[in-house]
Amino acid sequence: MKIMGNMMSSLDRRLFLRQAGMLGLAASLPKFAHAQQTIDLGLPGGNGIRTLTQAGEFPQKSGDLILQRTRAPLLETPMSVFDEGVFTPNDKFYVRWHWADIPDSVDAEAFRLTVRGHVGKPLSLSLKELMALPRVEMAAVNQCSGNSRGFFAPRVPGGEWGHGAMGNAKWTGVRLKDVLDRAGVTAGAVQVRFNGLDQPTSQDGPDFMKSLGIDHARDGEVMIAYAMNGKPLPLLNGFPLRLIVPGWYATYWVKMLSDIEVLDRPDENFWMKTAYQIPDRPFATMKPGEQNVPTVPISKMLPRSFVTNIPADSKIAVGAPVKARGIAFGGDCGVKEVSFSTDDGQSWRSAKLGADEGKYGFRRWEAEFVLPERGAHTIKVRCTNAAGESQPDQPNWNGSGYMRSVIEAVAVEAV
Amino acid sequence: MKVLLVTLLAFGSIALAAEAPKSVKVDLSNPGPYFTGEGSDPVNSNCTACHSAEMVLAQPALSKAVWQSEVTKMMKVYKASVDEQDIPAIVEYLAKVRGNGS
Repeated sequence: MKIMGNMMSSLDRRLFLRQAGMLGLAASLPKFAHAQQTIDLGLPGGNGIRTLTQAGEFPQKSGDLILQRTRAPLLETPMSVFDEGVFTPNDKFYVRWHWADIPDSVDAEAFRLTVRGHVGKPLSLSLKELMALPRVEMAAVNQCSGNSRGFFAPRVPGGEWGHGAMGNAKWTGVRLKDVLDRAGVTAGAVQVRFNGLDQPTSQDGPDFMKSLGIDHARDGEVMIAYAMNGKPLPLLNGFPLRLIVPGWYATYWVKMLSDIEVLDRPDENFWMKTAYQIPDRPFATMKPGEQNVPTVPISKMLPRSFVTNIPADSKIAVGAPVKARGIAFGGDCGVKEVSFSTDDGQSWRSAKLGADEGKYGFRRWEAEFVLPERGAHTIKVRCTNAAGESQPDQPNWNGSGYMRSVIEAVAVEAV
Repeated sequence: MKVLLVTLLAFGSIALAAEAPKSVKVDLSNPGPYFTGEGSDPVNSNCTACHSAEMVLAQPALSKAVWQSEVTKMMKVYKASVDEQDIPAIVEYLAKVRGNGS
């Protein structure tokens, strides 16, 4: 279906009905399937068609999320949701789990968060005790390390996400520092390790745990959140507690956080030492096939920006004023400027920025433009963060499909 | 205007967050789809204890060597309980449904 004009839901254009059995990949019909709606993520090399969820298919989640995997759940937020506002609704917030052994219930009275290891006084905190600590709140983007992996060229194996393995929420909780201070970190502490209630589904599989350096853990910004956009977290987003590591990729934002261990040595568990490693270079980039590239654990996010109201291949009326809008984020700092181009990046002008909801969150941008001539045009948007770092012209690449940051382009046709 | 409204709503609802959350019970029992078609039996019997089929079928076209390394990774790194005798058939199936011919 083609829609003329300039304002449309991206879903309207891209959705079409298709029998799940016609995908040609022989996926058997899941429980909810009859005729299922699908979305084409437009991935290079193809295989970008995904089923959309139906309301009720996943607990506390709306329908029309992009289904990447039922078990362990991988759900992607469609770009059209980011067009609705800078805060991503809880029921549309993306979901990513490594292991499928996720508790399907949490008793709020019985739940305890333990703090142990290199501390003077180990703690076992109820939710009420935790919530008695000073309350803080912060807007922050949670983005999967592999967000946009499906756009890597050459393609790499992994979760083949479009751009929606991210979301921005207002997180409410307590400072990790306050919890650690109550336990009394003792001299010689090096890192702090975080574990949640999820468990491996294979015998001897590596339990998912992540660690932060002791100074980072005590910086006063890292939080333990008990609410997301003013409501308890959906279970699939980490109810009842989630670690918030503003500016860092979501792999560190441990869900269903139940155990904090202060370590007197660097954490050598699989998820820190082996998994989530990136090339130790600016923008984590390397050449395909390059050998012996030094690696480090993934950490800070990079600047990104997106057009949210003009899907690829839209037809736009020649000579008519059009308002483009979208979201940007600086990565590990705020947004300084968003630039907009309608000539494939040959010329740029500043977009108008929306309200600043906090340096770690999404920032709305808007720009009005006119396409004077018929034919193909390429719209681009570029974020420069407060540290002066901009999205590059050329995409970064690594074999794990982590940390995509490039000026994203939207091909349109003026008619 | 819309941004402002969203902001007000977000701040307005924050005030409700001070109460301790109530217990939650949800249904996570949907196993999701299995692998189908010729040669799928060993894939289902060895792989779906840990995950449903979709993400595997959503991979780009990969060489047989890469599929072999994926199966090896599942066994060595994630300790998947895979019957050694089934490995060639699993790799064959994956290279058939999501292979690049090499």
